[in-house]
Amino acid sequence: MNGTSQMLVYLIAIPLFSAAFLLLGGRALDKVGHIIGTLASSAAFVIGLLEFFAMLGRAPENRGVTQRLFTWIEVGNFNVGASLFLDQLSMCFVLLITGVGTLIHIYSIAYMSHDHDRRRFFAFLNLFIAAMLLLVLGDSYLSLYVGWEGVGLASYLLIGFWNQKPAYATAAKKAFVANRVGDVGLSLAVMIAFVQFGSVSFSGVAEGVEAGKASSLALNCLGAALLLAAVGKSAQFPLQAWLGDAMAGPTPVSALIHAATMVTAGVYLISRSHFVFDVATIAQTLVLIVGAITLLFGAIIGMAKDDIKKALAASTMSQIGYMILATGLGPVGYAFAMMHLLTHGFFKAGMFLGAGSVMHGMNDEVDMRKYGALRKYMPITFVTFGLGYLAIIGVPPFAGFYSKDKIIEIALDAGGAKGIILGSITLLGAAITAFYMSRVMLMTFFGSKRWDAGTHPHESPSLMTIPMIILAIGSVTAGFIFNMGDRFVKFLEPVFHSEHGGHGEKAHLLPPIVVSALALTAVAIGVSIAIAKYGRGKEIPTVAPSDVSVWTKVARRDLLQDDLNEALFMRPGQELTKALAIVDEKVIDGAVRGVGSLTLDVASGVRKTQTGFVRSYALWIVVGALAILAAITLVTL
Amino acid sequence: MITAPKIEYGALAPVLIVLACAVLAVLVEAFVSRRQRYVVQTSLSFAAIALGFLAVLLNKDVSGRFAEGAVAVDGVTVILQGTILIFALLGLLLIAERGFQSFTAQASALPGSADEQRALASGLQQTEVFPLTLFAVGGALLFPAANDLITLFVALEVLSLPLYLMAGLSQRRRLLSQEAGLKYFLLGAFSSAFFLFGSAFLYGYAGTTTFEGIKSVIRASPGNDMYLMVGLSMLTVGLLFKVSAAPFHSWTPDVYQGAPTPITAFMAAVTKVAAFGAILRIFYSTIGGMVWTWRPVFVVVSILTMAVGTIIAIAQKDVKRVLAYSAIAHSGFLLTGIVAFNKSGLDATLLYLATYGFTTLGTFAVVTLVRDAGGEVTDLNRWSGLGKRSPLIAGIFTLFLLALAGIPLTSGFIGKFAIFSAAYESGNISVVIAGVLASAVAAFFYIRIVVLMYFNDPQEDGTSVVIPSPVTALTIGICAVATLVLGIFPQPVINMINSLATFVAG
Repeated sequence: MNGTSQMLVYLIAIPLFSAAFLLLGGRALDKVGHIIGTLASSAAFVIGLLEFFAMLGRAPENRGVTQRLFTWIEVGNFNVGASLFLDQLSMCFVLLITGVGTLIHIYSIAYMSHDHDRRRFFAFLNLFIAAMLLLVLGDSYLSLYVGWEGVGLASYLLIGFWNQKPAYATAAKKAFVANRVGDVGLSLAVMIAFVQFGSVSFSGVAEGVEAGKASSLALNCLGAALLLAAVGKSAQFPLQAWLGDAMAGPTPVSALIHAATMVTAGVYLISRSHFVFDVATIAQTLVLIVGAITLLFGAIIGMAKDDIKKALAASTMSQIGYMILATGLGPVGYAFAMMHLLTHGFFKAGMFLGAGSVMHGMNDEVDMRKYGALRKYMPITFVTFGLGYLAIIGVPPFAGFYSKDKIIEIALDAGGAKGIILGSITLLGAAITAFYMSRVMLMTFFGSKRWDAGTHPHESPSLMTIPMIILAIGSVTAGFIFNMGDRFVKFLEPVFHSEHGGHGEKAHLLPPIVVSALALTAVAIGVSIAIAKYGRGKEIPTVAPSDVSVWTKVARRDLLQDDLNEALFMRPGQELTKALAIVDEKVIDGAVRGVGSLTLDVASGVRKTQTGFVRSYALWIVVGALAILAAITLVTL
Repeated sequence: MITAPKIEYGALAPVLIVLACAVLAVLVEAFVSRRQRYVVQTSLSFAAIALGFLAVLLNKDVSGRFAEGAVAVDGVTVILQGTILIFALLGLLLIAERGFQSFTAQASALPGSADEQRALASGLQQTEVFPLTLFAVGGALLFPAANDLITLFVALEVLSLPLYLMAGLSQRRRLLSQEAGLKYFLLGAFSSAFFLFGSAFLYGYAGTTTFEGIKSVIRASPGNDMYLMVGLSMLTVGLLFKVSAAPFHSWTPDVYQGAPTPITAFMAAVTKVAAFGAILRIFYSTIGGMVWTWRPVFVVVSILTMAVGTIIAIAQKDVKRVLAYSAIAHSGFLLTGIVAFNKSGLDATLLYLATYGFTTLGTFAVVTLVRDAGGEVTDLNRWSGLGKRSPLIAGIFTLFLLALAGIPLTSGFIGKFAIFSAAYESGNISVVIAGVLASAVAAFFYIRIVVLMYFNDPQEDGTSVVIPSPVTALTIGICAVATLVLGIFPQPVINMINSLATFVAG
């Protein structure tokens, strides 16, 4: 049913070789490193586009293509190899990764122009692109796992890119550790899949699930393990704490990895494993709960942040919460989760690049309390950021409106009390999003100048503004294009085998137009409150006021997530480590040393047979010969 | 009237070419002037190997018995002869190294005598090692192809006699080297006696020395004839001695240590392939019908060999002795492939021989490079901190050690995996368990060397890694690449062995 394509491997190979070349090439490549890196990413994008058009040329049910890469070892039934697989779902990601990735490469040429390690930066970006493509192109959980670890590594390297600052190195470490917790989930999932179905390929597991090879308990465990992995990678509750710290990385990295692509890998994992979640109802409910909590969690944190990048990071967390929630709603949700993922990829990447542009003009200042009135000084940044803003809060006809509205709609349609609760949460989230994004907008571009002395804001060079403009165009139009005639949903339909029109034909709790009206009302309320608090004539102190309510304080502290982690995991962990160290020292080392010295004793005992005398060697041969003769005779008797 | 035997020169060409070149090399030694000998000898040797390899390639699809049934050429022979020639080439490259001296200037001179002083002072180097090597290679090529007890014995001696001499050629520590050569000769002669004794008994039992003759007699009258039992046991002793299986292994550490390191490398790779080749032909093909008789013996010998090799290796302080015990342990691993006695066991044994040969040649090649003013440094304590001083060489040595330990992504893992799964498939779980346990113990002493090289401080005692000349560098490079490639993309080789490895029918 699926065709083959010999091009897929180049998608990964080109950025991978470029990364290796840039890393191994050394200082000699400093002058051209950024160009090579950008070309490699562009080449991958072109291949992605070619594959996309080739895909559109095939019948919808035959659009998946595979490429057998190699067989590592094949002994009897044991067969380990690797294949790549590209279907409509991976295609969305391939275009997002390479498209947005290339724009961000271009942006970084200017953004990183003063960094003497720019070559290394581009090498890591290329490494990320290659790993992320492997993640979405692998045909099995095992190859996904390799890509999954690869993006984690690239993310670690890039967050800690300026590791001369200890705080940044610590942030990178924190992200790495939080991700490791999630990775345990993925490795558990791989093992459960192998034990239950004897296969780790997506198709093998899907067939196994369909054939009823696994009990419902096993399926729910598999689902929960996959969810744990998704939670770690996508910064969802309760493993979300690392994302704010990850903002220590250069801003293009935040845009690419921590907004548009890597953090959405969890959504990909759950959508890709739809065959598991469709039957594992408990795990699916867990997905819903995680999504709903994170959606609000991120939004609330976003209200209290003064650091523009951390505010955006909190918003990313919240928006991914929307996507996860949508995937938790089953077949009707996957396509809309993907749609929101893509539109979010545009507007959030655009806003991060905008934030980078602002920082570029403001001596790397990130505190919004020291911004203000920038719209006159950075008009292009203002307009592109503003379009992204309109998209994220969900004003029609901008992209976020279509995708978020659909999620609210299907959440309300989930049925019964569940529908009402989820619907209310998504609506509340929309209102809060409108509030905190308006706050960012107002504090940055409007109001009075609160700059530090010696700051001369200026518009960024065109290498930076052009990617921002392109992303802004995407933020404006993507939603409309995707939604026109449901073409996006139809495009993804063969992947999820969802009966098309799960929405529209099914009885709605509320008519779609009412839902849209409700959502817009929520947005209007959020924006109004923000204007009332931060709008014209309101004085914004340049130092965050400390006489605030306890709720604000808690929100500023990331809703105490770090404190919680510290109390629940770090301190007990430290105690456990100490205890284990003692056990290790006294018991295990003792045993090992015992075995070791016993073996050594045996060895030196046996070594005495090695006398060096030929006569004793010859005697051993005779003894051996007699023993063999005796043995053979005994066996035959 | 005596009719001339029919000789199929094509099928026998690999052996004939190498032996003819060996004879030529003797003449070269006698008639070519001293100064030109090195060039002529090396060219001749490499040409012999290359032509021999070509002849093997031409025999790819041959399957039959030749020279009046004395020699069998089939898929197994082709694979083994090809492997032997590749290893012989790599060994010869090491032997041809002239950047530093491994061989005594004049083997016939007594250690410490005036003769030796004179030979050293003249700065000239005898080149008798080349014809000796070629004779050994010729014997090795014939050994796995022999289809007759007499041919097998002749091949064994042609292989062994030059090795006894070559073991005594070391330039440094002459006495140790000569002692090694003498020990090897005495014990080799002793085991040959067993071998011949066993052959005589088998002839007494079957009335013929050809393998298919013995096979058909066994098939006709399966039973416990005493002649058969004694013959079989003694033959087994002779063969197990050659692969240094316990308890016939005691010569190995002394000889490996005393012999010049290039010779040790050659011996470790080539002899092992040849001897296991012969064992495969005899036990898989000729007396395969009696598997229930010999398998228990091999199970015990295999486990004992693994245990002796790995356990004693732990207590060693000399790198060559560690590697010697490692070679013994690997013989134990290889014997599990014989125990398996199925097609996958045959394939796995051939694969293991190929992977092991490259790795062991590479390991010894690295050993030749670590030197001080007095020659090679084999005391492990003086290897400490080598990773800091010579990261590249230490890195490559680490790769070889990891391969010997059987760590994934090296050829050693693929070989061990294949051979243990074959044994598992045949239901002989005991050897598999012993094998896995022994691998775990073995990993300890391999990793210990790695730790020593990387985590200890370098010693200031003049130990250094000499820059290898192209011949040695080439050997190390080829072995390292083969170790990696066979670890990462083994499938083509596995497929080739799988499709080619069959014994001639009958």
